[in-house]
Amino acid sequence: MAELYDRYSSVVYAVALRVLGDTSAAEDVLQEIFMQLWRNPGAFDAGRGNLAPWLAVIARNRAVDALRKRRPQVDIEDTVVSVEPDMAAEADRGRIAEKVRAVLKELPPAQRSALEMAYFEGYSHSEIAEKTGEPLGTIKTRIRAGLMQLRKAVEAR
Amino acid sequence: MSVHEQHAEDLALYALGALAGDEKTSLEKHLSECGSCRRELEQLRGDAVLLALSTAGPKPPARSKTRLMSALEREPRPQRARLRVPWLAALGWFAAIIILVFGVALWKQNTRLSSTISELSGMLERQRAESEQARKLADLMKAPDAASYVVMPVKMKAPPPPSGKAVYSPSRSGLIFMASNLHSLPAGKAYELWLVPKDGSAPMPAGMFKPDAHGGAMVVNPPLPAGVEAKAFAITVEPEQGSATPTLPIIMIGTGG
Repeated sequence: MAELYDRYSSVVYAVALRVLGDTSAAEDVLQEIFMQLWRNPGAFDAGRGNLAPWLAVIARNRAVDALRKRRPQVDIEDTVVSVEPDMAAEADRGRIAEKVRAVLKELPPAQRSALEMAYFEGYSHSEIAEKTGEPLGTIKTRIRAGLMQLRKAVEAR
Repeated sequence: MSVHEQHAEDLALYALGALAGDEKTSLEKHLSECGSCRRELEQLRGDAVLLALSTAGPKPPARSKTRLMSALEREPRPQRARLRVPWLAALGWFAAIIILVFGVALWKQNTRLSSTISELSGMLERQRAESEQARKLADLMKAPDAASYVVMPVKMKAPPPPSGKAVYSPSRSGLIFMASNLHSLPAGKAYELWLVPKDGSAPMPAGMFKPDAHGGAMVVNPPLPAGVEAKAFAITVEPEQGSATPTLPIIMIGTGG
């Protein structure tokens, strides 16, 4: 477990911190996720993805739940992540993360903001529309377009 | 793209966990029926992971690890604190296949060996029975009370006359009877040998036989009660299945001597 922690804690912590913006709350999420992994090591199905992306998604879900002060919405065993690029190696992950950050920077600010509000802040599309004062349809289009840009960038690497 | 265009945007929202209300319910209903939209959702979720992985920040503080490790020490050990990592699973399958292959090979070998053992033990059993029979015959021939009985036709006919010889030991209830020049019989009929007891009781069946092409026949150790002294041996013609009492006439008879 110590080895797993050394290898993956930074992924989990970075996501939790990005969502929560608070080190102590992010540490709680980190602790909770590794405890769950310890208690239920079979929850991760290696046949359906790599550990790092899976942990990143778990971290995002738990952190958003903590942020919105709601009960966990998705059980860790039901979290399925299927990613095409091979992210097993840390170097690969680093390179992909770099690429994604670059793409995000190049996105129109409104598009990036819609993506981030949905993913890192856990807002629904109608909440985003309300907060930004944009029509629902526009929010939907922006989010899909933003995700497609990410996909294209990674596929083209 | 084969995904239904009207759902494309909702799928992206759904992948980010940002679709709510009726739209979410209706998309989930559609997903349960549409394979291509399910595949697209899977891919969109993969795209969303990129967002999560794009986060960068400081490493967690050292106290986080200390806190986790001391919490784990207080936890009961999980049944199997190991992740299902692909190569481990593959190793498991590989081992299982090897064991299965060996198992089948061993099982086949075992079956072969069992059948060999049962063949050998059958052979041994047959040999033991044969040697026991031979020993009984030898014993009978050497027995002090063994007497030979010459059986002649009641009515002498032109040569070569049918003849028979019985060697009988009451104590061993052993009997060897050999006949020659016997006449062939109509279909459904056979010769029956009778032991005629010395005490005057009824003749006992002592074996059925049919002559071979040369008129020869033999009866060896028919089932007989022990200790019956024989006055004579007689032969009658009976139905093939044999009779409990002789059907007259007696065609051959011989007394001991």
